[in-house]
Amino acid sequence: MEFLSYLISGISLGSVYAIIALGYTMVYGIAKMLNFAHGDVIMIGGYISFCGMMYMGLNGWLALVLAMAVCTVLGIIVEGLAYRPLRQATSLAVLITAIGVSYFLQNSALLIWGATPKVYQPLIPLTNDAGTPNALRLFDGSLSISYISLLTMAACIIIMVGLTLFTANSKMGKAMRACSEDKDAARLMGINVNTTISVTFAIGSALAAVAGVLLCSFNPTLMPTTGSMPGIRAFTAAVFGGIGSIPGAFLGGLLIGVIEAMAKAYISTQLANSVVFAVLIVVLLVRPAGLLGKYVPEKV
Amino acid sequence: MSQQKKRPATKMVPVQTNAIVPDRDADKSPILECHHLGIDFGGLTAVNNFNLMIGRTEIAGLIGPNGAGKTTVFNLLTKVYQPTRGTILLDGNDTSKMNTEQINRAGIARTFQNIRLFKEMSVVDNVLVGLHHEMDYRLPSAILRLPTYWRGERIARERALELLSIFDMQDLAETKAGSLPYGAQRRLEIVRALATNPSLLLLDEPAAGMNPSETSELMDNIVKIRDLFHIAVMLIEHDMNLVMGICEGICVLNFGEVIAKGSPDEIKQNPVVIEAYLGKKDGKEAGNDG
Amino acid sequence: MIKNLKPHTKQNIITFLGLAVVWIVVTVLRSQGALGRSTLGLLVPICCYVVMAISLNLTVGIMGELSLGHAGFMGIGAFTGIVVSQSLMRVTSSVPLRLLAAMLVGALFAGIFGFLIGIPVLRLRGDYLAIVTLAFGEIIKELITCLLVGVDENGLHMIFNYKGLKNVEDLNLSEAGQVIIKGAQGATGTQTIATFNAGMLLIFVTLFIILHTIYSRTGRAIMAIRDNRIAAESVGIDITKHKMIAFVMSAAMAGSAGALYGLNYSNLVAAKFDFNTSILVLVFVVLGGLGNMRGSIIAAVLLYVLPEALRGMHDYRMLIYAVILIVVMLTTNSPAAKNFFGRFRFGKKGGAEE
Repeated sequence: MEFLSYLISGISLGSVYAIIALGYTMVYGIAKMLNFAHGDVIMIGGYISFCGMMYMGLNGWLALVLAMAVCTVLGIIVEGLAYRPLRQATSLAVLITAIGVSYFLQNSALLIWGATPKVYQPLIPLTNDAGTPNALRLFDGSLSISYISLLTMAACIIIMVGLTLFTANSKMGKAMRACSEDKDAARLMGINVNTTISVTFAIGSALAAVAGVLLCSFNPTLMPTTGSMPGIRAFTAAVFGGIGSIPGAFLGGLLIGVIEAMAKAYISTQLANSVVFAVLIVVLLVRPAGLLGKYVPEKV
Repeated sequence: MSQQKKRPATKMVPVQTNAIVPDRDADKSPILECHHLGIDFGGLTAVNNFNLMIGRTEIAGLIGPNGAGKTTVFNLLTKVYQPTRGTILLDGNDTSKMNTEQINRAGIARTFQNIRLFKEMSVVDNVLVGLHHEMDYRLPSAILRLPTYWRGERIARERALELLSIFDMQDLAETKAGSLPYGAQRRLEIVRALATNPSLLLLDEPAAGMNPSETSELMDNIVKIRDLFHIAVMLIEHDMNLVMGICEGICVLNFGEVIAKGSPDEIKQNPVVIEAYLGKKDGKEAGNDG
Repeated sequence: MIKNLKPHTKQNIITFLGLAVVWIVVTVLRSQGALGRSTLGLLVPICCYVVMAISLNLTVGIMGELSLGHAGFMGIGAFTGIVVSQSLMRVTSSVPLRLLAAMLVGALFAGIFGFLIGIPVLRLRGDYLAIVTLAFGEIIKELITCLLVGVDENGLHMIFNYKGLKNVEDLNLSEAGQVIIKGAQGATGTQTIATFNAGMLLIFVTLFIILHTIYSRTGRAIMAIRDNRIAAESVGIDITKHKMIAFVMSAAMAGSAGALYGLNYSNLVAAKFDFNTSILVLVFVVLGGLGNMRGSIIAAVLLYVLPEALRGMHDYRMLIYAVILIVVMLTTNSPAAKNFFGRFRFGKKGGAEE
């Protein structure tokens, strides 16, 4: 039973990672860039929803919508100002710019909201007014799953399925896949590459906002650096599953969450990160393109 | 060219009757032998039952329609791909345990269809990379700039310039390789391959993108290289003037299988070859170009 | 004759002369008391980061693989160096000797780890290689956090405290013993023996080694692999061996820089050597120019000093730093900006070469 509760906490944490990783992997798939600023969009999403609730008196759900809207706009602006001029530049130049954007967002947050952690109101309070936990109780109460966990898992699955259907069937989704294969060919076929990339960043950023709200619901301290570690974790998850692959990001996120929870429970709290990374290294050695990634050998 | 070649001792191998070996090599073993060579990608057979022998100073041509598997044969010979079936004997030695790097050190050098130069490096540095194993100093002596370093570098550089002079490229030595014109890039690839002191040189479409006068100059140079270095040359080429002009033996590939072998005159007359290139007269099967 | 052969030798001499001039000028300024306390405090870290930048440039610029865990090697060097220096206190009182030993052993350990990590890492390519170096960097950091190390007259005592249940008492040190590394608290009570002169010397040595490696058969082989792996293999270059040489050299140099860095602070935590430090050094390398060692040195100095120089801007300084970073990347890399700035450069040679 103990194992099951660890497993469930791992899955719910993994679902948050998966949501971030889905955004990450979409952006990578199309722009072929490691967007290190993605984690900071999560943090901005957290702060926006926090402000929505604290200062504008919105309820959690409206605050979530507000955060998504602001992050979407932020994603489009960042892409247009910082990444678009570098479309022809080396991937390292784009990487360093992304790091610059990451510093910029973190330090802007530091200036606006200060370094003191904010206490975040979870989307679904952990306990109700009567003081009993807001959780699904199973096996006569020996296993309880909080509603926020259930919500996170559901959100993750819905987003994954939605994105898969979107990229497979919609016109924009097809344009995205075309751009990720060959931008010049896509342009020749009449696809507006810039718009397509903007939309991808918009979707990725909106997902980051969702992840930010859910992340803060689990871990209610909000700081300017809140996004960094989950950002790296999600990056790991995306690579783990095969970067560029939507089901891969989902699977990678869940696995990273579960491995982290199990490592904390059974190996060492101090080395939880190391265990996650060690598993990643082993997976990449066996499958150099990640679990679901396709390994394309160079044509000679 | 006083360079002594570091080749293993000759091993006598019975020469098959269908081998295309010129008369002057008749008493020697072939430099390259392929027996029943084949490779599958997934379920698809790219090359099958490929048998070939090349004499020690032969210029051989490998032709065939696009997609026939010509470059795949080169990739098999140089172990860019591991063969699924068959054996490759280089100078009588089995190469099945070797990787690309070891194949080169054993004596096969090649150029690439899509040019693969070290673009950020200078022309002479490209050749010096090919001369890597001709320099015998070690890293510590390079760091301390010991006399062995200076001597090794000086000899190698002189050798590099000498090799470049085959194509009159010695004046371009300090130019960045990536900024050379297309034809010069192809020639530099040949020089770089020669620098590794091969006994068999594989040229993948050396005349691609060249105009007729450049091509005829290249033909002269290929023959010159063979005569100077006493090596075998095998080339893939679509320019039939070049192939028929300098190749002593020609092998025709279609759908991954050898459909004809022989001298240029025999190949020109061969009905199977004409069919593969032009299609059957009754039009049942169009010429393959995939 | 030799000068004709080596067009780059002149550039190398200029770099070394420039460094020597800086060394002399700083030494004179120090002796005149013209440098403030905060500036003096920056000298050793700057030297360390310069070495970090040129060593990372070997991996990123010369070998062409993105490493995001370079700070991990610095961390290994730092904590080995601290242990060596503190332990040697019982053996020798000579500070230069301890410093030298610390840097050498730091380099050795980082080099060994570089080799062990290189075995799996160098089989991967591109972004996958990058994430795995990031992973190793973080693993090294956490492993150091679990270390308890002390020394007494019986030698070194070490515990790998991965459950977090043990403390310094478990080291069983004698009365005269001294704790060197206290797990998550890091190294405490280190005698700070790092000096600016040692730092400059380290820069000279690493630069000497790197430049002489680049312009040798080994260096050409490494760059050939960067430019075209398959072609390099086809001319008989051993890919694994040469990548490993570059990676281990780079790691060992980061280790010696780390040792110097570690001995500049009496308290040091492993968390210092995290992903952000790796990124900081990567920024130096990219802004200085890939493969350009002189550029790395200049970028490391300028960008390390920049946040300090912006101290007057208080809270805005990191924001300004970020903006500068983005603007520099955009102006040096976007085609539109290049055209715009290109108009003002009449004196310089045109960018397009044929």
